[in-house]
Amino acid sequence: MNPLFLTRFTATCCLGAGLQPLGAALAGTRSGLAPCRFEDVALDTWIGAVAGIEEQPLPQAWRPFECRNNRLAYLGLGQDGFTAAVAACISRVGAHRVGLFIGTSTSGILQTELAYRRRDPSSGALPADFHYAGTHNTFSAAAFIRQLLGIQGPAAVVSTACSSSAKAFGAAQRMIELGIIDAAVVGGVDSLCLTTLYGFHSLQLTARQPCRPFAAERDGISIGEAAAFVLLEKSAPRAGGSAIALLGVGESNDGYHLSAPHPEGLGARLAMESALGAAGLGAAEVGYVNLHGTGTASNDSAECAAVTRVFGTAMPCSSTKGATGHTLGAAGALEAVICALALRDQLLPGGANTDQVDPALRLNYITSSQAGSFTHAVSNSFGFGGTNCSLAFGRLS
Amino acid sequence: MSAAATNELLAYVTGIGVRGPGLADWPQTEAVLSDRQPYQRADTLLSAPDTLPPTERRRTGRVVRLAFAIGLEAARQSDTDPARLPVVFASSGGDGDNCHEICQTLASANRALSPTRFHNSVHNAPAGYWSIAAHTQVPSTTVCAYDASFAAGLLEALTQIAVHGATTALIAYDLDYPPPLRAARTVPAAFGMALVLHASPQPRALAQLRVCLDSGAADGIGHAELEALRAAIPAAQGLVLLEAIAKRQTRSVNIAYLEPQTLRVEVIPCA
Repeated sequence: MNPLFLTRFTATCCLGAGLQPLGAALAGTRSGLAPCRFEDVALDTWIGAVAGIEEQPLPQAWRPFECRNNRLAYLGLGQDGFTAAVAACISRVGAHRVGLFIGTSTSGILQTELAYRRRDPSSGALPADFHYAGTHNTFSAAAFIRQLLGIQGPAAVVSTACSSSAKAFGAAQRMIELGIIDAAVVGGVDSLCLTTLYGFHSLQLTARQPCRPFAAERDGISIGEAAAFVLLEKSAPRAGGSAIALLGVGESNDGYHLSAPHPEGLGARLAMESALGAAGLGAAEVGYVNLHGTGTASNDSAECAAVTRVFGTAMPCSSTKGATGHTLGAAGALEAVICALALRDQLLPGGANTDQVDPALRLNYITSSQAGSFTHAVSNSFGFGGTNCSLAFGRLS
Repeated sequence: MSAAATNELLAYVTGIGVRGPGLADWPQTEAVLSDRQPYQRADTLLSAPDTLPPTERRRTGRVVRLAFAIGLEAARQSDTDPARLPVVFASSGGDGDNCHEICQTLASANRALSPTRFHNSVHNAPAGYWSIAAHTQVPSTTVCAYDASFAAGLLEALTQIAVHGATTALIAYDLDYPPPLRAARTVPAAFGMALVLHASPQPRALAQLRVCLDSGAADGIGHAELEALRAAIPAAQGLVLLEAIAKRQTRSVNIAYLEPQTLRVEVIPCA
């Protein structure tokens, strides 16, 4: 595929709003996880919550979209001059030549979960202030962002669990490659809700401590939330210096189990190989792999098998979920932004919370952030349903 | 790539699957759409997919049964092995039955969820079951665009075909929500349709589709009762394509997409 430039990118997660706090926390190998105090959830687990969302309702004009997920999207879009960059892009190429591809797993389902507590005692009806289309529906974040940014080109939500916003890059890339659009806003927005907290708990996959991906004593995930966005364009930014580009997208399925990975990481390996193939890259040209690395016993061992098959045991790699939590449908976009930051700042991000790597997982896992010198990075995102997506990024001069 | 300078996307249809209220399969739907058979309203009939292992089969709800029924019908008609078939799944609402049960549990005193309910809650659950049944690693995706989900799915499938060249299926489906969500999202019945699409002409092709972005009002179909379904169920927007194929008519139709855009599809029946 032809390179596509990340002419602007931003991310908001439990480490803070925008690139500055994210970059600082990554450089310091710091975690943003905290004990779960979300709503009235009584679970012994840690989460990555974005501070202040409860106190920041959407402006009056956007009330039909009022829910935690869209509040998070709104907060995220307001960082790092992202909205202005999209407006400038629209004025260059036209609103109908800009697409929008958003990944989410649970959208605004929290709104429905809370509405079910307020059903009419006699009729069972939901409260009159419940707005399905702007909150619950899987498309709601894209509908909101499309209106907010004035985008009029093709749009879709990709909802494939934890690979959602990685796969959104594939949908955007194909449309740009075919000339249907000139640019796309690609992103992921997923927010805390009861379905995922109690759901992962039912599978005994929520960690009791901050998650420790790739550690021997790892005991599950810490659920997080994030809004991460990239403006993807065919041409490089006009300013000189280096630019970050998407070079390859690789997608696959496990075809194995709905909620457990293929034990040898078969589908994961195919996704990485496919991304490298699309980018025309050899494995040795990659200098960092941002692992899916959720922190469950089976996910990490399957991914280790796949990564070492593709890249060998010396490839520097880490999971940043110890810092951000597992942001589910937003993880692909968040970790794409982390790869872009790593390439820009020449930083190998260490995996926060993981002091000792599981000796059974024989790979070069970075536990403490350090300066690096590399031109290409790969990001992995895998999800329920056995869905896999790998993205290859490069720093082009 | 097969997109012309006008950004026209091409595909050849070799297989169609349909399930809906009073619509048992594609041959029956074809007969109704071409006025060779009267339409009789009935509940959408869905059986457990025979291609899934028994443990997985027991865990499936209506949404997986619907997606499998239409997908397998289309694949079998086109004589395409599901193991070699990338699929674009498109649904506005996903599994409303399962969602209702989860919300009910989470609003109760005991919030413990069933693990199966939880893993079935992902929008891509049908895609996951499909790849397990087909023992395949070929990619699939699952998209949503609210009322425009059919057009978004068709566009995604056509761009995949144009870029990757592989024969690809579109499986579009929607369920009616149970109360109380039904009052907020009034999809009246379960409906799904699937198409197997190729990049190049095929001896057994039923029709060629030429698709581009346009604007204007969406077109309806002539059959009054099926037009009511088309207007009310996102996945049924594709009936406008099926009517042209059933009547063997070359036709240019507009499918509702995201305002201000529509998808203009030229349907050219083959043979």
